[in-house]
Amino acid sequence: MALLGAPTLAHYLVLGAILFAISMAGIFLNRRNVIIMLMAIELMLLAVNLNFIAFSRYLGDMAGQVFVFFILTVAAAESAIGLAILVLLFRNTGSIDVEAQGRLRG
Amino acid sequence: MSLPTFTFYAFAAILVFAALRVITTRNPVHAALWLVLSFFTAAGIWLLLQAEFLAIALVLVYVGAVMVLFLFVVMMLDVNFEALRQHFRSYLPIAAAVGALVLFEMALVIVDSAIGRTTTAPPVPSGSNTRALGQLLYVDYVYPFEIAAVVLLVAIVAAIALTHRDRRERKHQDPAWQVRVRREDRVRLVDLKSEKPPA
Repeated sequence: MALLGAPTLAHYLVLGAILFAISMAGIFLNRRNVIIMLMAIELMLLAVNLNFIAFSRYLGDMAGQVFVFFILTVAAAESAIGLAILVLLFRNTGSIDVEAQGRLRG
Repeated sequence: MSLPTFTFYAFAAILVFAALRVITTRNPVHAALWLVLSFFTAAGIWLLLQAEFLAIALVLVYVGAVMVLFLFVVMMLDVNFEALRQHFRSYLPIAAAVGALVLFEMALVIVDSAIGRTTTAPPVPSGSNTRALGQLLYVDYVYPFEIAAVVLLVAIVAAIALTHRDRRERKHQDPAWQVRVRREDRVRLVDLKSEKPPA
């Protein structure tokens, strides 16, 4: 793999890995802010989708793109329900701080 | 450097920068807008990978719907975001360590498996990407497709059920109470003496 040559499968996989690591760090970095956490999860799913599409292209199998389709569907459902829970959380406690949700404990 | 190669590196650089800004920016509205930029550039990279339908779907579904939902929620909630960022710097070392660890582990796997091989992409089958995807989706994966539709329906019902606020002053009917009604509740017999007509 030439470092700056024409993109190969490894280039796309490295890009996906960087994106995944960034969003992983983002979850730890914003561990009080649920909204940014949800955005980091969306980025994580984007990295996974990028890997799926790269493999689909380089292995010549369209099934990978079908899986990306399903991941997009589930991610949309997840963010809708996640934001609904977030609105509810804010309405009941007046804050979206994860640390302030200790009253949810048992 | 050919045009696709240049496009890949340019889009990859923008994507990584936008992702970094999403997790470090101060204002959540800006974070959502940076996320929009990263979705756009990811769609560009997917176009490079000949996944045209999914690239368009990413822009329509994510930028058009999900990110609008995010912006809507961010602007609707009156959250004190400055208070949430107080411990931002103290979380920085562990976040950087975890990110570097994940990247290191993935790099080990990728270097081991993908880089050594000659990975030239097979020629793209002629014809529309959308047509091929639809053929696969509605024939081979028709049952998972139906399940995906059910998942979306459940998400709609759950989101509405969670956020719907029941207003107490609203006039409503209670069918159970209506069915349970007894004769004594509705009919009152009044014992009236009959009067003689005036003479």
